[in-house]
Amino acid sequence: MAGVVLKDVNKVYPNGYQAITDLNLEIADGEFLVLVGPSGCGKSTALRMVAGLEEITGGELSIGDRIVNDVHPKDRDIAMVFQNYALYPHMSVADNIGFPLKLAKVPKSQIRARVAKAASILDLTDQLDKKPGNLSGGQRQRVAMGRAIVRQPKAFLMDEPLSNLDAKLRVQMRAEIASLQKDLGVTTVYVTHDQVEAMTMGDRVAVMKRGFLQQADTPQNLYDKPANVFVAGFIGSPSMNLFLVKLGGTIEAPTIELGDQTLQVDPSALEGRSELTDFIGKDIVAGVRPEDISDAGLADEDERSPGETITTTVHLMESLGSEIIVHFPLPVESFSIMDAEFEGEDALEVATDSIGRTIYVARVSPRSQARLGESISLRFDTGRMHFFDPSTGLAIRD
Amino acid sequence: MVLPRFLKRTPLHVAVIVIVALWSLPTTGLLISSFRPQNDVVTSGWWTVVEHPFEGSNWTIKNYSRVLESDGLWRALANSVVVTLPATIIPITIAAFAAYAFAWMKFPGRRMLFGGVVMLLVVPIQMTLVPLLRMYSGLNLSGTYVGTWLAHATFGLPLAVYLLYNYISSLPSEIMESAYLDGASHYDIFRRLVLPLSAPALASFAIFQFLWVWNDLLVSLVFLGTDSEVATLTATLNELVGSKGEKWHILTAGAFVSMAVPVGVFLGMQRFFVRGMLAGSVKG
Repeated sequence: MAGVVLKDVNKVYPNGYQAITDLNLEIADGEFLVLVGPSGCGKSTALRMVAGLEEITGGELSIGDRIVNDVHPKDRDIAMVFQNYALYPHMSVADNIGFPLKLAKVPKSQIRARVAKAASILDLTDQLDKKPGNLSGGQRQRVAMGRAIVRQPKAFLMDEPLSNLDAKLRVQMRAEIASLQKDLGVTTVYVTHDQVEAMTMGDRVAVMKRGFLQQADTPQNLYDKPANVFVAGFIGSPSMNLFLVKLGGTIEAPTIELGDQTLQVDPSALEGRSELTDFIGKDIVAGVRPEDISDAGLADEDERSPGETITTTVHLMESLGSEIIVHFPLPVESFSIMDAEFEGEDALEVATDSIGRTIYVARVSPRSQARLGESISLRFDTGRMHFFDPSTGLAIRD
Repeated sequence: MVLPRFLKRTPLHVAVIVIVALWSLPTTGLLISSFRPQNDVVTSGWWTVVEHPFEGSNWTIKNYSRVLESDGLWRALANSVVVTLPATIIPITIAAFAAYAFAWMKFPGRRMLFGGVVMLLVVPIQMTLVPLLRMYSGLNLSGTYVGTWLAHATFGLPLAVYLLYNYISSLPSEIMESAYLDGASHYDIFRRLVLPLSAPALASFAIFQFLWVWNDLLVSLVFLGTDSEVATLTATLNELVGSKGEKWHILTAGAFVSMAVPVGVFLGMQRFFVRGMLAGSVKG
């Protein structure tokens, strides 16, 4: 058992592409850390550097108390699970699981015992003689896990291990892997692009973008206190509404202009945000989570939610049974977390209605009487607003 | 009106049957002639037996015992086996190692070297015969089995490396990486993973190379010669055509002796063409 520490780690490919810049991460012994981010953010590269499949251009990687930059992967005492399982198709399940031990020249009787133990943990005992081709997706995934745990490594590295499974199985395996990791207590680094996996499985989640670590924190903290506008927009589904607006009014009674409507911001939103004073009269990014917008028509039932009301029309409705996702237009520019320079102009395209108003999203109660195309009053819980500096993207917080 | 499926496809089936019949007609004639007595062969066509197919006097196996024993085909058959087996195994073994190295090992000049090997594909054999033969005389390899094995191996290698490279480089990289992380050396990966997974490609190239060497006349004539101690089946048959050109019953039997082995090899190994060994490795 050991922690994994990345100190100022950089990765520059021979063609000059900087995949990772000054990555600092401390993964505690036994911790489940999830690396998450859009494709090309460097999360897989980071994992492959820990594994030893990619060389580290600069910085220091240690596993346990040992710096392992130049240590051969097999001596790093780690085990990796791949997205496509990487099973050996010509070998039985037992041989697949026992392969690392066979390479390590462990005596046969011991291999058999350890394979049997791993198989019983993973409920694979009846499948040991089968070939991977005869297994279901979930079973193959478990064989890959078996091959990792049989080595009793210091750390597990998992590269999107669930993305080849169908949705239902993914939910089940998610829970299985998380509980297995708790039982074994092995430090785990898990890479995914799926934020639901990240939020549900990780003790901590590290969000990356274009090779830079954005924030590493517990799932709840990421959600409640995003460090910057990228994390705010990336974590949460549907994503946070990011209004690029002018902060008006006074510090006692601040307002934001949503087109021709003015929203009074609850002063409680300013608590712990003394810097916000400097932004009065300037541009600011105001973030509102879809669930912090409710149907004002239901205010009687929902009196606890304070805030201010605006009127708009229902552009699109998605009824999910437990809630209704209402898409509504506002003549306010949305702040894009994408970057034209890197993601291309297409990435900047935001949903708009026929007269060019940006579409925003609210999550309202299923009792809402909202009708498609009709007008609706929406209540913003302005006390739960997030504020970001549009020039740096950083959260405005003390 | 809806025609049943088998009726709709009747024209196709008829066409296939006709083509197959036309295609196999010469071989059938050859086969029948090889079992007919000498007198019948020179006086009537092979199709006349169709009238009395069960008349014993129409058939004989004398032709076969004659070519195999007095014309020395047993010996030639054995020589061919001695030439063909190593000439198949040597290039495949070398090519498999080379293909793995080109596909999965990182070393300077890898692409250049591989490009060079592929370029060798266009060198005609005939161009190399004279210089090779001169070198062989200097090394006393001329007229020996070893020299012939080396010649066949050399001529077969570029294609073998190219084909096996294409197959081996398309194996999923995660399999190699996973084994590498578990401490497998390149040799372990090659022997325990790449070789078994490449069985279909190895088998299909083995069949190509086997047939090519077995049917080869040029190389064996040039490097081995026609001395009956070492001459291959093709070289011996070639001699027979010269000395017994008018004796059809002998030649047809000889031809069938030389065909039997390749047919057997093909039937024995054809399942490798079909089998998809990769099923189940990665999600398909």
